[in-house]
Amino acid sequence: MRVRLTLLFVLVPLVLYAQEQPLVFRGARLYPISRSPIERGVLVVQHGKIVAVGPEGEVAIPEQATVYDVTGKVIMPGLVDTHSHIGRVEGGDRSAPMHPAVRTLDAIDVRHSSVQRARAGGITTVNVMSGSGHLLSGQTVYLKLRKGNTIEDLLYCKDPLTEICGGLKMANGTNPQGDPPFPGTRAKAAALVRQQFLKALAYRRKIEQAKDDPEKMPERDLDMEALLEVLDGRRVVHFHTHRHDDILTVLRLKREFGFRVVLHHVSEAWKVADEIAAAGVPCSIIILDAPGGKLEAVDLSMKNGAALEKAGVDVAIHTDDLITDSRWFLRAAALAVRAGMSPEKALEALTLAGARMLDLADRIGSLDVGKDADFIILSGDPLSVYTHVEQTWVEGQKVFDRADPKDRKYAVGGAGVFEDGDAFVHEAH
Amino acid sequence: MKAWSLLIVLGLLASSARAQLAVRADTLYTMAGAPIENGVVLIRDGKIEQVGPAHTVRIPADYQVLEASVVTPGLIDAHSVVGLAGILNYDHDQDQLDTSDPIQPELRAIDAYNAREKLVAWVRSFGVTTLHTGHGPGAVISGQTMLVKTRGETVEEALVDSVATVAATLGPMVERYFRSPGTRAKAVAMLRAALLKAQAYRRKRQASDPARRPEPDLGMETLGRVLDGEIPLMITAQQVPEIMAALRLQREFGFRLILDGAAEAYLVLDEIKKAGVPVILHPTMVRPRGETVNATLETAARLHEAGIPFAFQSGFESYVPKTRVVLFEAAMAVANGLPRMAALEALTIQAARILGIADRVGSLEPGKDADLVLFDGDPFEYTTHVCGVIIEGELVHQTCQ
Repeated sequence: MRVRLTLLFVLVPLVLYAQEQPLVFRGARLYPISRSPIERGVLVVQHGKIVAVGPEGEVAIPEQATVYDVTGKVIMPGLVDTHSHIGRVEGGDRSAPMHPAVRTLDAIDVRHSSVQRARAGGITTVNVMSGSGHLLSGQTVYLKLRKGNTIEDLLYCKDPLTEICGGLKMANGTNPQGDPPFPGTRAKAAALVRQQFLKALAYRRKIEQAKDDPEKMPERDLDMEALLEVLDGRRVVHFHTHRHDDILTVLRLKREFGFRVVLHHVSEAWKVADEIAAAGVPCSIIILDAPGGKLEAVDLSMKNGAALEKAGVDVAIHTDDLITDSRWFLRAAALAVRAGMSPEKALEALTLAGARMLDLADRIGSLDVGKDADFIILSGDPLSVYTHVEQTWVEGQKVFDRADPKDRKYAVGGAGVFEDGDAFVHEAH
Repeated sequence: MKAWSLLIVLGLLASSARAQLAVRADTLYTMAGAPIENGVVLIRDGKIEQVGPAHTVRIPADYQVLEASVVTPGLIDAHSVVGLAGILNYDHDQDQLDTSDPIQPELRAIDAYNAREKLVAWVRSFGVTTLHTGHGPGAVISGQTMLVKTRGETVEEALVDSVATVAATLGPMVERYFRSPGTRAKAVAMLRAALLKAQAYRRKRQASDPARRPEPDLGMETLGRVLDGEIPLMITAQQVPEIMAALRLQREFGFRLILDGAAEAYLVLDEIKKAGVPVILHPTMVRPRGETVNATLETAARLHEAGIPFAFQSGFESYVPKTRVVLFEAAMAVANGLPRMAALEALTIQAARILGIADRVGSLEPGKDADLVLFDGDPFEYTTHVCGVIIEGELVHQTCQ
């Protein structure tokens, strides 16, 4: 009787933490990203982490491991989408052009079909943000696409009350323009942003002068607190910008206030690639099937990836879901390669480069020992149209399996699959 | 010295545009029989002169020879608004939909086509040589569509057929642009009323006493040609209720119907098959929202399996990207179960048949227009390039894209 009880206590944790037992994926071509592909590789994961990775024969297969023969398949890190609008995200309202205090994490439905659609596309980490209809539409949030019921289950940060859980979404060009209080011109937009940051600097001075004396501390101001995180380099600005001169305006603001920034979309980056490189600023680009739709995107080029790579700029690619669909995120990299980007940099742009831009490269983005066990199993070459994402794994747990009809429908669509409310698309680009 | 050689090269290129051409391909998809390994196409005066395996075709000495890994007929975008809808997306370059009246069959596509529109060159750079474009979806009857080649400085130079179809739309999309119709049923009632009116008009116009004939009415004339079976009615219908309503209308009035969009066609394959109606399928990668929320990547494969003739379209995009590219849409269908040859057929000869121009385009056969696309690999692979586009014997695009 005592023996049986003990056994029961042992079994329960095993069921709860299936990944306690090592999982071995053997025989696939591995793209670690941090180094050259491994023709026939072995990937070992346990406790949600990668514990071994290398060529077959050089990696010890742990005893009691569950071994999956994935010969003929391809394994690469889970994809990192640096710019997405899944989960029916919302940001600031129309009352003002800048909303530093607004947290998108307060308004995301992680059970929305778009989130499973992203898993079907092989995405395991995503920077969810509000739109570009504001100069500053709110705080973005970095999500790990674990299976979960609530936003808390998917956060990277441990506690949103005490930690920074994402970046800050800003935009310039034509999208944020409008009637007052929105700016009517580009110069006005820049002036409004500068004024706001000057206010934050003054707020910081008051805090410094208070010297931790609660009596002298300024009243808490949520907008100012978020901007201080930006000025202190702890919160990265994700800046929507298209035209070459708008890109240069962002670089000018960065120089003035010293914040850390990732340039997003950057339709005309190919015109100022050297200036971007000189500023040491990374770019998260979009690949679209055609230019246009608005004046500032007329000169968008599929060659952007190649041009920025050549200039030495760190390049990530994003979906801007639902501008492009998370299900064909790999395709974006392939089209960048079609237009001259190197396959190595294009795959890095889907993974490790994005991880760097989200300050998460120590945890994700490559198949390296100690990193989170986030990876995808593909039916073939990542850059081929004929390749499907077969499985998506997050921290050692399978979150998408194309062989399961319940999951497959999120990859191919069908009656009722995406009928749980319209996905965000308005002004997203 | 260098400048001189450059001039000579430029001179050769300029003259080559009008030279007689021989195109040799490792794999030649004629779409009139099996693919030919190591095939050759001879082009003379804009028409195809001869097609066959290299050992059977003698290339005359004065023909310029082009080579490619894969050659197909020029692709046909079976439904687009490009040329009426422009790249800027401002009022002044968006002429695909007039919202002053929900029924305007008299609006001609030729009066609104900008042959120099950048998007025309864009789709051409991905192999589209024939474009079915014109009035877009969004009105019960938005106007006429036409067929052009993706070349020329004016619509006259581009034109293949000035009236290809009359474009109609059923479903909630119309309700976004008009106060009435405000429901699906109302739109169908309005379309029926318009067709009944056209029947009466046609009857009265044939009255023996000229004094009893009605004054000419452009819209009624156009719908009369639809009722006569001269011009197909292309009905954009994405969801099952609209698809079934379109089939019902066809049964009632007997016009030639082309089903357009048809996102939920996979739910009513038997009904579409029984009606003998062709489908111009929505872009494979259409966003799953609104009317197309239930679209699947496998609908092309389902249509093929059911034996329903279909073609690919770039459709209408209201924002970004401003157009889609049929080559990409077909590729995604192939990746999701559509056999390669069926996809190539849908992009070429099948589209030509549905649009009534199979005597001129859609396959590489002697006497047809010399419209060809040169690829450096598998046409559907993401990383393959279109390295040459020939329209009626003229090399209109020659950088690898």
